[in-house]
Amino acid sequence: MIDAIFAHLPILLIVMPLVAAPCCVLTGNGRAAYALALVVSLLTFACSITLLEETLVHGVVRYELGDWSPPYGIEYRVDIFSGFVMSFVSGIGAIVLVYAPLSVRDEISESKHYLFYATYLLCMTGLLGMCVTGDLFNVFVFLEISSLSSYALISLGRTRRAPLAAFQYLILGSIGATFILIGIGLLYQMTGTLNMGDIAARVPHEHGPRTVLVAFAFLTVGLCVKMAVFPLHTWLPNAYTYAPSVVTCFIAATATKVSVYAFVRIIFEIITPGFAFDVLPLDTELMLFSLVGIFIASIAAIYQDNVKRLLAYSSVAQIGYMLLGISMATPTGLSAGIVHMFNHALIKGGLFMVAGCFALRLGSVQLSDWKGAGRTMPLTSLAWAIGGLGLIGVPLTAGFISKWLLLTSAFEAGRWPVAALMLLSSLLAVVYIWRVVETLFFAEPSEAAANATEAPLRMLIPTYVLIGATLVFGVWTSYSAGIARQAAIALLGGTP
Amino acid sequence: MTLESVAGLYNYWVVIFLMMTGFYIVLARKNLIKSVIGLNIFQTSVFLLYITMGKVEGGTAPIVPPAIAAAQAHAAHGSDAGHAATPHVEGAHEVAHAALQHGGELASTTTEIIYSNPLPSVLMLTAIVVGIATTALALALVVRIREDYGTVDEERILELDRGE
Amino acid sequence: MSPDHMIWISLALPILAVGLIVFFGKTPDLRDGSSGTIAGLLFIVTASLSIGVFAGERPEWNLGEMLPGFEIAFRVEPLGMLFALVASGLWILTTAYAIGYMRGHHEKQQTRFFACFAIAIFAALAAAFSANLFTLFIAYEVMTISTYPLVTHHGTEEAKRGGRIYLGILLSTSIAFFMLAIVWTWSLAGTVDFKLGGILADAVAENRISQTGLAVLVGLFAFGIGKAALMPFHRWLPAAMVAPTPVSALLHAVAVVKVGVFSVMKVCVYIFGLELLRETGVSLYLAYVAGFTLVVASLVAMTKDNLKARLAYSTIGQLAYITLGAMLATPNSVIGGGMHIAMHAVGKITLFFCAGAIYVAAHKKNISEMEGLGRKMPLTFAAFLIASVSIIGLPPGGGAWSKWFLAVGTVETHQYLLTAALMVSSLLNIAYLIPIPMRAFMKPKSDTPDDPSQETGSWLANMQEAPMMCVVPLCVTAIGSVVLFFAAEWIYQALLPITMTPS
Repeated sequence: MIDAIFAHLPILLIVMPLVAAPCCVLTGNGRAAYALALVVSLLTFACSITLLEETLVHGVVRYELGDWSPPYGIEYRVDIFSGFVMSFVSGIGAIVLVYAPLSVRDEISESKHYLFYATYLLCMTGLLGMCVTGDLFNVFVFLEISSLSSYALISLGRTRRAPLAAFQYLILGSIGATFILIGIGLLYQMTGTLNMGDIAARVPHEHGPRTVLVAFAFLTVGLCVKMAVFPLHTWLPNAYTYAPSVVTCFIAATATKVSVYAFVRIIFEIITPGFAFDVLPLDTELMLFSLVGIFIASIAAIYQDNVKRLLAYSSVAQIGYMLLGISMATPTGLSAGIVHMFNHALIKGGLFMVAGCFALRLGSVQLSDWKGAGRTMPLTSLAWAIGGLGLIGVPLTAGFISKWLLLTSAFEAGRWPVAALMLLSSLLAVVYIWRVVETLFFAEPSEAAANATEAPLRMLIPTYVLIGATLVFGVWTSYSAGIARQAAIALLGGTP
Repeated sequence: MTLESVAGLYNYWVVIFLMMTGFYIVLARKNLIKSVIGLNIFQTSVFLLYITMGKVEGGTAPIVPPAIAAAQAHAAHGSDAGHAATPHVEGAHEVAHAALQHGGELASTTTEIIYSNPLPSVLMLTAIVVGIATTALALALVVRIREDYGTVDEERILELDRGE
Repeated sequence: MSPDHMIWISLALPILAVGLIVFFGKTPDLRDGSSGTIAGLLFIVTASLSIGVFAGERPEWNLGEMLPGFEIAFRVEPLGMLFALVASGLWILTTAYAIGYMRGHHEKQQTRFFACFAIAIFAALAAAFSANLFTLFIAYEVMTISTYPLVTHHGTEEAKRGGRIYLGILLSTSIAFFMLAIVWTWSLAGTVDFKLGGILADAVAENRISQTGLAVLVGLFAFGIGKAALMPFHRWLPAAMVAPTPVSALLHAVAVVKVGVFSVMKVCVYIFGLELLRETGVSLYLAYVAGFTLVVASLVAMTKDNLKARLAYSTIGQLAYITLGAMLATPNSVIGGGMHIAMHAVGKITLFFCAGAIYVAAHKKNISEMEGLGRKMPLTFAAFLIASVSIIGLPPGGGAWSKWFLAVGTVETHQYLLTAALMVSSLLNIAYLIPIPMRAFMKPKSDTPDDPSQETGSWLANMQEAPMMCVVPLCVTAIGSVVLFFAAEWIYQALLPITMTPS
């Protein structure tokens, strides 16, 4: 029995939340739906951890859907990289759900709760599906599942701008997804298969025909929209700002990361770094856009008064760091990019949770309303300070690990100007994080802040789990940087 | 580029024309409903792109003629009997393979039937479903936006937001 | 107990102190008692560790790899040992002093204060014992972050501004320059371990880095270690003076600033190697920057009426002495620099203690208001005088020796301009330090219409010293700065191994 379940883990990972979502709708009751969603998300987390263990011990786990052997059937394929990504996606999904109920009760009307949890599970299904599948068209389908549900989740925000933000995201996101679909179609035209491994084996790399070039271009642009790479990031600030706090926590921590995952998969396994970086100048382009994006988004973050928008711009900048690492195409650089996906998910998830706590107690995420809240809500404010240090990349936080790896990889590649620019840019993070810290601790308390009480433990504990994790993974790196390195080597080793 | 290659690839021209039209409407239109329409046109062009690549010249719809299907069923039955000992799940697998092989042989021996590639069409069924979901969600959002702002003109909405 | 164990014990003790302080936060007596006890224990541990280290042992303790190629490791050598000894010894006195000061002032948030204090001490020890640049960097940053709440302790607008400059300069220099320099070093040498004789010699021999590159690298280190307060990155030190005085005393005369100059020395001795620096002369321009800093800082100090601000600029000048010693890279100058870490620490902490005591007892911050105060607070001002003598570099103050060795270093390298700078600066030191106790003792009290009964009473009855908890530590450190004059030979012998070239 156990063995049977074990053999079907990759599909269970998808099926559980997928089936639970309509069940949530059927219950028609917010509490029951929440309980179901929580149980399922914890089970999913357990599944992904087990799978990750499995890949670390025995290597790649393959699963043939419906027992049709690839390339005819759809293959689910879990390697270290995907195991790593889906572990933190499902883990953060579960923690955010633990955190959710009070914030959801505050921000979303009672009658929609069960629908909210159903949509949340669907979003998680989509994200996990993108990680687990080995079929390119499946990637598109899961991408759309996660995107559509995230549009719906974002539109639940309490201001009237939320639906508008969701709509703008929908338009841009659909264009991105359609671009990806075109890319997939062109690749299929060239190779006659949709299995990623199979495509990689058949696609002509050396002086590929124009169709292949066009396919890669469409895929890259489409994924860049989804990753919110500067200058295609315009949907992100509004979406993150106006979405309900819980949704922002989840989406900010996971959605863009999974798109980065898909991007890395496609570049390193299908396009191959040799073609993308040597024949095509993708590395220089990525590096350029990342650096420009880091600077512009960080400067934009400095001028924001809405804290969620500030964090949103910071996310755009942080995506730049990930791509910077990826563009190095060395084991260290790639592992820096991968580990930053994880570290940033922890940090940004934690910081958005802090913002959610303040939103609950102060009723606002405007910085001016947070004045002096450090006196009445010291623990929440401390969490912000620690998370902020992580974002800056101070030693003993997770952010330092990724920054250090990125720095060493830049030097390994002999790109010291990149290293210097990267360090300079992280000074901008000091400015925008410290603006908030000073407002919290030194400003005269606003009326709301003076009467506020500390955030409820129900929300503080999950917040501190994530914030604490940034400290833990800032010291103990064998399960973050270690796995990322293995994943990076596997990705680079799989290509000639 | 000869006239022949231009005209011969007319299906691609249609795709590109539709794609650009849709894309332009999405980007240029400030009316939210029209943006959705543009998005639909854009997506439809991709459906055509896929379907066009599945078409094989002279190929028929990928439905096995009844006669051959019967022969196949027979062959499959035979092979199934031959592998009666294999477990059920694996058996199904074998059948699929055997059917493919036998079907191919039969097809080549009896009449040269050329089928169009069914896979792109199947993929597009999924994509159409996705497209419908997107459209439905987009329209639902537009309804909510109209409830809140009283207009579907994006510029007017932005003005209202600034006015707040 | 083997010396290897003592390393982690000495690192664990401050952490234990943090735990106890937070645990006993509600009962101040227990909290402060545990803080003091652990400070005492820590000094015993470091002192017993030092016996072996000065005898030539090099205990090691390896915590493990944090990232591939970068490990958290500790290895005690004489320079670090001296620094650890100074920091832990002065921690005891400062704890006693801080208890008196904080309670005398009824400061709020004392638990947070003492906890952050202990973390800073932990960081100082970790930096002192670090076996590679990576560990040093982490300890350095932990110290920056942990002292920020101390600097901004009062939570006022002024504190906020001070804290902003403090964190802004220290964090940005360390991230933008120090971190870059470390990774650059790593890419050149393939390691960041501290090794006697340096680790960059091969890279230079193989022409992987030019002379200019090497000079830039030294510069990145010297300016990146913002805690060394080399101009133009010195502004954080005066800004940090908004902190309560015990913080200024221990952290901004001993722990924080000394971590800075200590790191600079360690980089010069163990990363570049004295020989390499001497032969290439790439660090000479920084010696001139240091010379400039020490003269200008002394001049600025003269203009300051606020006692703590004057002391802060004096510190900037004295730190530049140490940097100068490191950058000249001769055995004498390096020993002089190392010695000055101890001499200046003991002297400057006394001065800060005095400033705090004056503030507690008489509520005076400005020098111009202190006229005649010497009669009320004779012990405090006597200690101030003794410490000033040491800082200036006159016998029988400990500073005489360190400045002597530094001067010898400048002559050895024929940088007579720097010799002159040292001399001018010493004269300036006299000009800005000695008048303070002189005016306090000699001048009559400025606001005479006071209660006449005080004037008529006996000399002893007129004394209005700060609480015992404040006065005793400052007397001890004042005596200490004289004792160090006679202990200089011992420090010289202890530091001699770091100037050796490995055979």
